[in-house]
Amino acid sequence: MYGTGIIKGLGVTLKHFVDTYVDDLRWMTRGGRYYNPDALKVRQSLQSEGVITVNYPEEKLPVPERFRFVPFLISDEPMAGQKYGKDWCTSCGICAKVCPPQCIWIKRGTLPNGRPNPQPEEFYIDIDICMNCGLCAEFCPFDAIKMDHDYELASYDRTFAHIHDKERLTKPISYWREIAPSRALAEAEVREAEAAAKSKKKGGGAREKRVEAAKERQATPAATATPAPAANVPPPPQLIEITDDMDPADIRKARIANSKAKSAYKKELKALGIDPASVEI
Amino acid sequence: MSETEMVMEAGDAPVVYASPPEEALADLKERFPDIRDDDRPDYSGVIVEADQLLAVAMALREELGFNYLSSVTGVDLIKDNKLEVVYHVYSIEKGGGPVVLKVQIDRDNPVVPSLTPYWPGADFQEREIWDLFGIKFDGHPDLRRILMWEEFQGFPMRKDWREAFYEEDNKPFGSRWPGGDVIRAEELNRYGKNVTYPDGWIPTGEEYEVETDMYGEVAVQRDETPGLKTDKVTVNMGPQHPSTHGVFRMVVTLDGETIVALKPVMGYLHRNHEKIGERNTFIQNIPYTDRLDYLSSMSNNHGYVLAVEKLLDIEPPERAEWIRILMVELTRIVNHAWALGFLLNDIGALQTPMLYLYIERELILDFFEAAAGSRMMCNYMRFGGLAFDLPERVREQPTMAYLNELVYERLPTAMAEFERLITGNEIAKARMQGVGYLSAEDAIAYSAAGPLLRASGVAYDVRRAQPYSYYDQLDFNVAVRYNGDIYDRYLVRVDEIYESIKIIKQVLPHLEATEGQPIMTGKPQYAVRVNGGEVYSRVENPKGELGYYVTAQRRASNPDRYHIRAPSFINLTAMEKMSIGHKVADLVAILGSIDIVLGEVDR
Amino acid sequence: MTADASIPALESDIAIPDDVKDNVFITNISKLLDPVYNWSRRNSVWPMVFGLACCAIEMICTASSRYDLARFGMEVFRATPRQSDLMIVSGTVTKKMVPTIIRLYNQMPEPRYVLSMGACANGGGPFKEGYNVVDGIDKFLPVDVYVPGCPPTPQALIHGLISLQEKIDQQSLATVPWYRKNGIGTEIVPIPVLGPDLVDIRQLDLIRAEAKKVTEAEAA
Repeated sequence: MYGTGIIKGLGVTLKHFVDTYVDDLRWMTRGGRYYNPDALKVRQSLQSEGVITVNYPEEKLPVPERFRFVPFLISDEPMAGQKYGKDWCTSCGICAKVCPPQCIWIKRGTLPNGRPNPQPEEFYIDIDICMNCGLCAEFCPFDAIKMDHDYELASYDRTFAHIHDKERLTKPISYWREIAPSRALAEAEVREAEAAAKSKKKGGGAREKRVEAAKERQATPAATATPAPAANVPPPPQLIEITDDMDPADIRKARIANSKAKSAYKKELKALGIDPASVEI
Repeated sequence: MSETEMVMEAGDAPVVYASPPEEALADLKERFPDIRDDDRPDYSGVIVEADQLLAVAMALREELGFNYLSSVTGVDLIKDNKLEVVYHVYSIEKGGGPVVLKVQIDRDNPVVPSLTPYWPGADFQEREIWDLFGIKFDGHPDLRRILMWEEFQGFPMRKDWREAFYEEDNKPFGSRWPGGDVIRAEELNRYGKNVTYPDGWIPTGEEYEVETDMYGEVAVQRDETPGLKTDKVTVNMGPQHPSTHGVFRMVVTLDGETIVALKPVMGYLHRNHEKIGERNTFIQNIPYTDRLDYLSSMSNNHGYVLAVEKLLDIEPPERAEWIRILMVELTRIVNHAWALGFLLNDIGALQTPMLYLYIERELILDFFEAAAGSRMMCNYMRFGGLAFDLPERVREQPTMAYLNELVYERLPTAMAEFERLITGNEIAKARMQGVGYLSAEDAIAYSAAGPLLRASGVAYDVRRAQPYSYYDQLDFNVAVRYNGDIYDRYLVRVDEIYESIKIIKQVLPHLEATEGQPIMTGKPQYAVRVNGGEVYSRVENPKGELGYYVTAQRRASNPDRYHIRAPSFINLTAMEKMSIGHKVADLVAILGSIDIVLGEVDR
Repeated sequence: MTADASIPALESDIAIPDDVKDNVFITNISKLLDPVYNWSRRNSVWPMVFGLACCAIEMICTASSRYDLARFGMEVFRATPRQSDLMIVSGTVTKKMVPTIIRLYNQMPEPRYVLSMGACANGGGPFKEGYNVVDGIDKFLPVDVYVPGCPPTPQALIHGLISLQEKIDQQSLATVPWYRKNGIGTEIVPIPVLGPDLVDIRQLDLIRAEAKKVTEAEAA
């Protein structure tokens, strides 16, 4: 009969309509359907019936441990009075190399004796380029970069707020343990096992080899950089000093000029056979 | 399910030769002695002279039965000062691999005969190659740029073409470490924007109007039919239109309300996937493939890792394969749920069916988020395995229990309810039946793929025709319908959801059995180096046949050429054929039944 | 938006005798009306149906039943710019698309807001280096709120929309640009044209100067 299909369909919509109220009644005696953590848990699972709305921002949908938003850096627990502790990052550069849109900039520091410091002096992530893929966290051999769960990052301005510098990125390890307890635990176990294996004998797990290899890569530039003959180094280029009271257009021009001068200088150094990383500009 | 008619595709064709393509190639070489093998190491196919291409292609189609021109790819061989066009031709009846034809021409004056008059499915692909490589197709009826605009200077996919924000040839860029200064690309560009102009070009600011006049001429064709002479009206739909599924544009010429001509215009989301992909290392491309068909990122991952695994010559362990199939089939459900919801949205069942299916989609996305870390952009597969094993819990429920409940209870109930809501609905039938007809011959000629092809009565599914992964061990039917209209496309998608549920039910026991087994072959590597050569790998994406054409040199970390055979893009070629003669209100329904995603159409 | 200096701060200007202090209420039109004006606007922000790329899918999810924008009075997605208050730029802005986006923006009536959703709309995102990609919609339009993420989850987008509501709360009838006579802040944005590359009309002088430099260098 013509029209039965439509009537059947209307029955389905009516059922959905009634379901919402039935579910309301069911929760009435148990603290209400909304703003109730127990009710939210059921509402967001496979057993949900009726309306499934999450009343963000009052109640938030919990994110899983593997959830990834923008990356952050892990440091030791901060000492009293300090903001963050010792970085886990050794500025090996693997994250910057693997990053698909290349949004990570790392500047390795130097020790007073001229050797490279296995710690980043500067670390920038442009979150307007970052694609939240998580490859940096996946391939970091030191568990030093992880994907954050904080997605509430909306801002009125992007020029400063969206370039995360080291200070903005660094968070203590306790934060990671809080947002991803079981992953943090598993990683800590692997680290401990590695440390134990290392103290016993060399070799072993593939992961340890990776760590070793990364450390070796770290060490090699140090070996080649130190004997750089100071006498042959040409004079560094004249850089334009950028001050706060300059016009924004001038600042941009100055930055471009500076970077051009720097790259020209680095080329000159390379031509002389000196590692540009070993010379302070 | 009551009305479904399933046809087993496998076993239909009598298998005579071990490899039909080899047989066909041998035959071709006899007929055309000038054909020579592509003798580059690890390359396949034959090289055909440009003036013989038409004869070879027609012999292949008419006499040897290779009737499905799947993919046309442009390649820039800058070292040999040549450009190359690669054709992948399949046989619908015989199944199996492709016959690969290649035409190499001079880089300075590249002209190739067009296959469009014989194989209309080549139309947009040839236009794309003209647009991005500057290869002229002699005899093409409408050779204009397709992804870029007409005034654009240069052919951007050529190897010697540089973008405005050009930094370095290959990633990773050395400037990012260890002395990386934050120099953002716009600071190095003299205009501060991602633009560059030809030397000496001085704008007046008035001479360019956005391409509005281009399609005006469609309206003034004289009508020879007898009767009342009415003026035709050319209507522009899109790129900002609620029913074009994104930034897609159609220029429609109407006689009264009847469509007499239709020109799809695209490129409004052309974000240079292939150019960026050729600079990326292999692993860096995985998250980019997520953003191709952004409704089914897992399938895109799958096709790409299969292609690169062929280059690397590795295979994933058993557990990884089963998880991959699980993810890909869940993706198919997610995609079809979305496609059906929006198709019904387009025909006027505003929001309700979409919102019902959306709830099930969200529950699957919750699983993706728990497994891969992101709802849509999963980035889950790796060369030789997976990024992570299955999670322990999903929404506070153990994973296997969650999947079992999802597949055995939640999804079948939801689908039954959805069918009660729509499948028998008279209004839906009135809007969908007999509209947007595409015959089986046309579907093949237009290189249609996926549900669009199968709704026209062609039982062709890559999972059966050229099985990959463990699909040859699974029991499922290829959903086929024979009327070739919108309603059949709708039914094919509903059937495919049931088939996917069936596949997942078979996969779940394997997941339990392989619990705790490795999910990676070898250790995870970020700097993979491939063996080199050429590979074309295709998978059955929810939208149709998704192919990846990748070439690389030996020990290379970046692909030389990285091309995607995008099913939505090629399915759009048949749009005009399906729409002519229908009312303008049916247009959005026809477009909805093709199920396009602009990220894949424009790439 | 900061308070205009031309509006006197009433409390400090008028001396109130101590004996009537509890019985008077001093205000001005602006202070009375602003909360009402802002309340009604913040709870009826109608976005435009304007999906560009991947982020649009998350935008649709945000509007759907699980996250439900109707709770914020934003569920009325309008297909025409002439009825909408908010443009959610949800996805990669390409050069071919940008003239259309600007045209749509110009057609929106004031008060109008732009929310840039996702890394691509903010700054080009992962596709920034592409030859057909605009590195940030803020190169052309004034953006009110940026929501980072690739793509931002529905909850992140709602957070951005709440930020927009907070921004609306700060506005005052006396200072909003669309009631001013001088028209500053409400100009029509010139539509860029598609030449050999995207040409921003506002940059014509710069482009000519650079072209001149090149020809001069060639001559010399």
